[in-house]
Amino acid sequence: MIVIGIDIGSVAAKGYLINYDSHHRALIPTGWSPREAGQTIIERLLAASGLASDQVERIYVTGYGRVAFDQADKTVTEIKCHARGIAELYSEVRTIIDIGGQDSKVIRIGEQGRVLDFAMNDKCAAGTGRFLQVMATALGLDVSELGDAEDPGQMQTISSMCTVFAESEIIGSLARGNPKGGIIAGLHQSVGKRVAAMARRMGIKEQVAFTGGVAINPGVKRALEEEIGAKIMVPEVCQYTGALGAALLALENG
Amino acid sequence: MADYREMWANLGMDLEHHDVLCEVLPEAFGGIYLIQQDRPKGMDFYDFVVAEIHGVRPAEMMQHQKEGGKVFGTFCVYVPDEVVFAAGGIAAGLCGGSQFWVSGGEKVLPANTCPLIKASVGARLDKTCPFFLIPDMYVAENTCDGKKKAWEIMAGEVPLHIIDIPQMKRDRDIAAFEAEIKDFIAVVEKVTGNKITAESLGEAIKMINNKRRALQRVYNARKASPVPISGKDALLVTQINFYDDPARAAQMANNLADELEQRINNGTGVFPNNAVRIMISGTPMAIPNWKLHHIVESLGAAVVVEESCTGTRYFENLVDESATTLEGQIRALAERYMKTNCACFTPNSARIDDIVRLADEYKVDGIIDTNLQFCNLYSTESYLVKQVMTEHNLPIMHIETDYSEQDFEQLRTRVEAFLEMLRK
Repeated sequence: MIVIGIDIGSVAAKGYLINYDSHHRALIPTGWSPREAGQTIIERLLAASGLASDQVERIYVTGYGRVAFDQADKTVTEIKCHARGIAELYSEVRTIIDIGGQDSKVIRIGEQGRVLDFAMNDKCAAGTGRFLQVMATALGLDVSELGDAEDPGQMQTISSMCTVFAESEIIGSLARGNPKGGIIAGLHQSVGKRVAAMARRMGIKEQVAFTGGVAINPGVKRALEEEIGAKIMVPEVCQYTGALGAALLALENG
Repeated sequence: MADYREMWANLGMDLEHHDVLCEVLPEAFGGIYLIQQDRPKGMDFYDFVVAEIHGVRPAEMMQHQKEGGKVFGTFCVYVPDEVVFAAGGIAAGLCGGSQFWVSGGEKVLPANTCPLIKASVGARLDKTCPFFLIPDMYVAENTCDGKKKAWEIMAGEVPLHIIDIPQMKRDRDIAAFEAEIKDFIAVVEKVTGNKITAESLGEAIKMINNKRRALQRVYNARKASPVPISGKDALLVTQINFYDDPARAAQMANNLADELEQRINNGTGVFPNNAVRIMISGTPMAIPNWKLHHIVESLGAAVVVEESCTGTRYFENLVDESATTLEGQIRALAERYMKTNCACFTPNSARIDDIVRLADEYKVDGIIDTNLQFCNLYSTESYLVKQVMTEHNLPIMHIETDYSEQDFEQLRTRVEAFLEMLRK
């Protein structure tokens, strides 16, 4: 069977096409129109796989843009999709930490990716990719450069959780001549603390997986591991677990 | 809405600013309420009240004042309305439920104050709600810290009496509340110029009890499956009961209950038989705050009960009608009001027992425990609520939100994921 899962996030839209034994992935910036982003993802996946749209049995869509996208057979929340996606990659995982562009969530799962409980950050950018993006800009870096630029040995603690205050705080810290690498490590620690607090409130059960665009950043992984005191697995396809989950649910007609 | 501009101008309202509110409300109400399918006929009355929201009931209140009567504005389910009605006054619940008023409140209150308090203060200061301008007196109460301090600001605006609500429920606290009711009686007698007698208080107790019984009937109907009325509609009924004439409110709720009972006999409802049944517990939802109910019900689940001030807390307990002396009636009032379980009290395990009991009575599949943003009391209590619900295997999620639309999509995702969990 041929199915597509699409995860339209606030920053990036991801697609996963399953064609019997093979699969294809696509990722593009969401831009201003989640609907168009979803459409482009389908086109990319079809082009990459050489398939025609009428060969696709089902399309499931998830992510914040799911409501705007009107070509899917079903919309599913990213919580369920991440759970399904991770269950496929690591059957032993019981806690998922997902940090995306505008929210962070902790999902407790049972066997076969059944969602047992979940928590999401309240409406605030603290502990999200958006927080890191704002800070990267203040530091004159691209958000993708943060991970390699950190220097935990010279950690500069950021006390403000709030994006607005933290930005002023790092500007002040830079003005005092503190090392950039240490400030960046402090930012990662801040995200780690915030998300770990949410995870602890719900209860962390090993094993733990880390997904979402922010999971690419090894500094945040390091900080999270320190804060929750457990080893964390980051799948190679960490940005695609939602799309993968959507595709698997489409396959299962779930 | 009929033309009430002259009445509003006489009240000293900011008409231009008020027009903005009058423009958006019908659209919001249409999109949230009128689009619902198979609504009970009995909702027509409540739709009419909303359509005339700042006109028809304010006009009645002002007519009452013209005839020499007094109007008391209240903000809490611990304020005994019976006292006001026994003295020939009108009591009206005033809490503000719209984002429209929040910025007015923020002019004088800290940003980290709950939206209900901000909106209530803003509605008064901005002069954009007739209900807030009509009362001869506000009856305030010592409950949460936010309200307690807001009254000190409101006191510069309007004559205000504060009822000191106990924070615990020992015998001496109930006795203290009894003394507060006596003080309140003296204040109301002075403002109205009418003496409260055992006869008039007895009648008022019966009248308010009848309203409670009528609401109980409406809520009992929600225990049925399929549920004969949406959570949104039931919430609206309760919200309007806070300021409508109590005798008429009872009659309208009874009419509605008749219809709902008929629907149960016919096996008809507004959601399919297998719809997920949700309880919403926590802080009150003052009119026109329909946000969470709308999110839940748009996703195909039914809200079947609210454990809140705009829900079971408002009418579950009745005042004992057997007392024939003022002394006995006041004691009965104190006992009844101290049965209400709010997070302002400590310990408050009885509220958690209520939630467990209601979950069983209304056969709920999951609980959304919610509090208005910055409500420290309910937010803190949510920890214990979750703990006990988990022990009882009752799925629960906690949501903190305000009146704004900005977290709408995020909340939708959270609620949808919760429903996905329950539908397994």
